[in-house]
Amino acid sequence: MKYSANSVWENKDGYDIAIVGAGHAGCEAALAAARLGFRTVMFTVSVDSIALMPCNPNIGGSSKGHLVKEIDALGGEMGKVIDQTFIQSKMLNQSKGPAVHSLRAQADKANYSRTMRQVLQNQENLDIRQMEVTDILAEDGKVTGVQTYSGAIYPCRAVVLCTGTYLKARCIYGDISMQTGPNGLQAANYLTDSLKSLGIKMYRFKTGTPARIDKNSIDFSKMEEQKGDERIVPFSFTTDPDEIQIDQVSCWLTYTNEKTHEIIRNNLDRSPLFSGMIEGTGPRYCPSIEDKVVKFADKNRHQVFIEPEGLDTTEMYVGGMSSSLPEDVQYAMYRSVPGLENVKIVRNAYAIEYDCIDARQLKSTLEFKNIEGLFSGGQFNGSSGYEEAAAQGLVAGINAARKLQGKDGIVIDRSEGYIGVLIDDLVTKESREPYRMMTSRAEYRLLLRQDNADLRLTKLGYEIGLIDEKRYQRLLEKEKMIAAEIKRVEHTNIGTSQEVQDLLESCHSTPLTSGITLAELIRRPELSYEILAPIDRQRKNLPYDVIEQVNINIKYDGYIKRQQRQVEQFKKLEKKLIPADIDYNEIQSLRIEAKQKLTEIKPASIGQASRISGVSPADISVLLVYLESR
Amino acid sequence: MKKDTIAAISTGMTNSGIGIVRISGDEAFHVIDKIYKGKDRLKEAESHTIHYGFIIDEEETIDEVLVMLMRSPRTFTGEDTVEINCHGGTYVVKRVLETVIKNGARPAEPGEFTKRAFLNGKMDLSQAEAVIDVITSKSEYALQSSISQLKGSVKNKIEDIRKQIIYHTAFIETALDDPEHIEIDGYGDTLKGVVENQKAEIWQLIASADSGRIMKEGIQTVIAGKPNAGKSSLLNVLAGKDRAIVTDIEGTTRDILEEQICLGGLTLNMIDTAGIRNTDDIIEKIGVDKAKDYVKNSNLIIYVVDASRPLDSNDKEIMGLLKDRKVIILLNKSDLNTVITKENLKEELKLVLEENFAEEIPMIDISAKEEQGLSEFEETLNEMFLNGDVSFNDEVYITNIRHKAALTDAYKSLEKVLESIENQMPEDFFSIDLMDAYESLGSITGETIGEDLVNEIFSKFCMGK
Repeated sequence: MKYSANSVWENKDGYDIAIVGAGHAGCEAALAAARLGFRTVMFTVSVDSIALMPCNPNIGGSSKGHLVKEIDALGGEMGKVIDQTFIQSKMLNQSKGPAVHSLRAQADKANYSRTMRQVLQNQENLDIRQMEVTDILAEDGKVTGVQTYSGAIYPCRAVVLCTGTYLKARCIYGDISMQTGPNGLQAANYLTDSLKSLGIKMYRFKTGTPARIDKNSIDFSKMEEQKGDERIVPFSFTTDPDEIQIDQVSCWLTYTNEKTHEIIRNNLDRSPLFSGMIEGTGPRYCPSIEDKVVKFADKNRHQVFIEPEGLDTTEMYVGGMSSSLPEDVQYAMYRSVPGLENVKIVRNAYAIEYDCIDARQLKSTLEFKNIEGLFSGGQFNGSSGYEEAAAQGLVAGINAARKLQGKDGIVIDRSEGYIGVLIDDLVTKESREPYRMMTSRAEYRLLLRQDNADLRLTKLGYEIGLIDEKRYQRLLEKEKMIAAEIKRVEHTNIGTSQEVQDLLESCHSTPLTSGITLAELIRRPELSYEILAPIDRQRKNLPYDVIEQVNINIKYDGYIKRQQRQVEQFKKLEKKLIPADIDYNEIQSLRIEAKQKLTEIKPASIGQASRISGVSPADISVLLVYLESR
Repeated sequence: MKKDTIAAISTGMTNSGIGIVRISGDEAFHVIDKIYKGKDRLKEAESHTIHYGFIIDEEETIDEVLVMLMRSPRTFTGEDTVEINCHGGTYVVKRVLETVIKNGARPAEPGEFTKRAFLNGKMDLSQAEAVIDVITSKSEYALQSSISQLKGSVKNKIEDIRKQIIYHTAFIETALDDPEHIEIDGYGDTLKGVVENQKAEIWQLIASADSGRIMKEGIQTVIAGKPNAGKSSLLNVLAGKDRAIVTDIEGTTRDILEEQICLGGLTLNMIDTAGIRNTDDIIEKIGVDKAKDYVKNSNLIIYVVDASRPLDSNDKEIMGLLKDRKVIILLNKSDLNTVITKENLKEELKLVLEENFAEEIPMIDISAKEEQGLSEFEETLNEMFLNGDVSFNDEVYITNIRHKAALTDAYKSLEKVLESIENQMPEDFFSIDLMDAYESLGSITGETIGEDLVNEIFSKFCMGK
């Protein structure tokens, strides 16, 4: 039972915006809303679980690192908090192109949660409330407030749903099933029905996590040590790199073997997936160890990363071995791995099922198409990952605030940021599994680098009001320095002096036969802006982040220009907006499938329409002609 | 919409006196100046003027031409427009169009000139609906015919190359997404061999596009009729004519004989089928079923009726197959005592088919034996395919050119991949051009990219976490 009629009462604190959930999406949404000046209340089932990291103990990684940088460039919090609480840091793909360099940090989980909670608690305009929200109140297609399990009504003008994996959550291993959210936390069992009654279409997704094991029971001598980078690069553009060069903690690498696989194969019939106990759709990119063993039967071993969960805990995360097999099988399979022969499990691996939405019900601003003032972000929208969640939470929070400011919502497009790719994919394409960011999803990734996130988005952050004047001025200054230095480098001629030839020879670079610009030398694969310093007399002393931009822009100039041309084409279609009142059934020549899809998704632009599966190029032509004739 | 420059042959694809290639778009003058040799620089010439000169492809002179120049906005499309009047042989017109495309224009989509005219406000709004219909029917038709005209072997080859491309790209992308699980240092060396092979294969396809071998050119024609109606003798007569070029094309079975025949300006791929009749003989039944199949998949049905014998149940069955198809009925054996006239045949057809449709089917009295009525047959054919709304040969030629352009794009993209490998670029740069090649090839087989790459990553490679 929820509340009785007697306990219904109305809260009079005058909140503008309510945030439901305090995970990574909820935190960013709440901070953005409050910082933009709105009275904000954030609901959570447990204040102790704010900004919890219930799965992997790291933030960033391929393409996810990009998201964190973009969040920071817009004025979000995630980057700042991880810079204060990481215990190891690595720039992935350093030997590859700059577009795929990706920062990843191991977090001290407890410290991360605590630090984020302090930021929230000290944020002006923001109140935290431990209570389950059970109903979204709406009148005439417009949000009016939320109601809690206790019966209290909180009137407000906008709501951001960030319920993560808590809606009707169920944790499962073997034939054990518990009606809880992650880490045994209380599930939210009522909200789904309220959403359904508002006409919202729900999906049921599944994900999973490996066991946590006791560090004292591990034989690290049988594993390879994985150290962090020597020079640590921060996530936040506001963090001074010199202040975060800490002593780092190592991760450890070991492998599964034929014996592990045999144990798994022999017990597949005891998996809840096999028995049909799990109905939700699992993610393909983060398969359980049993999935890997079945699907990639030819591989005789899989990597296992043992990662610390924090500095003041002995728990370690067993990366690569998530599972929903029964407890006894978990013991057997973990103990078959070198170094884990005597391992003690602290927390079992489990699969978790939860309700989320078909995000195609959302606009690109993350507001529900059919309910004004209702926004959503994070795993509730069918994504996965802390970073994906935070990115959406930030955008949803900003747009909830802008709605109350009477301004248009912000939409970052696919050529401006990974956040744009993420949200556009979610609201346009049908997804039947939790969505994970990948660099291959970004068509223009050469332009969307982690190193230039500030140059791409901080201006927007300033316009929104989340970036202060000082930081904005610093950005403008940086832009100026980059442009001036690129110009200088392109116009600096290098002669064939002995000094030049010697330097080239020492780098195994072909000697010059005639003069050449400095830019052309930088473009040679074996050379760079920095290597050429000795022969570049006029060079001023520039900050590292300026040098980095100059080097990349000169070196990959041809590729970058090509992508910029593609972006111009792309923008043309994005700018062709489709009026909200369009009736696709009125357009005779559209194919029936296209009519249905367009009516369902209501794309905001021709560009978005062209990305809907089932809408053909011919349909787009028809649509263009129709729009011109209106 | 895109403001790039488009080109197409705007006259029919027949051996007429004159052929016109039209170019429209911002770069139209730039393109013509690259290939035109004459007194004037056309870029500087006045609007609405005509210039005499030659079209040159690199060193080779293609044709002596008149070029008409029209500046925006007083043109059909509202954009800068060039019309090249060349000599009307199909080969010459095609070569001129190819040269234009080689120099910066792209083949126009069906109805694209009209669409641009409309979008640039050069057309009456009341025509909007008509334009919409043209665009849909034409693009659907073009896509369908473009795919159906592709030879099976060519389609398979393209699909093969695409499969390889997506596999290698997915491998690179998996490694980038999960660098601690998958190592790709030095992958360029492996990829180099693969891409060089693919390049060579695409080069072959481009060469075969030049000689037209990439397409099943011609109208798929089926001769249908009950046994002994005179189908084979008709084919022999047509094939034996001086004006006809006959080549044997391997039939799929001995019962189905296919010959390529040129008649007037048209190429017919004639298929002589086993007579259609109900039969219990298993082997014959296979032949008959095949014949029915061919009838269903053809562009034209020539129904041969034996006018000297009364219609029977077999004729009724054939009539049923004619529904909504392009049909010509030949009443054969006009030299004998005929028992069937056009009028009573029409009455019979109306019992099986829709009245209006039956009324419109052209009927011709012929005698295959005496070679009578054949010129009337030829005229009817020409009317059907060369003056109608959709000119079949046009579509064939245009799709051929479009295919070639797509193959050339794919070729260039693969060249860029090799260049990146050569320049020791990091692996992530390879996938940019690999995916471009993948997309170009997909436009030939009618496939879009969608989630292909992500799906390939998940299905072929094991991700960590």
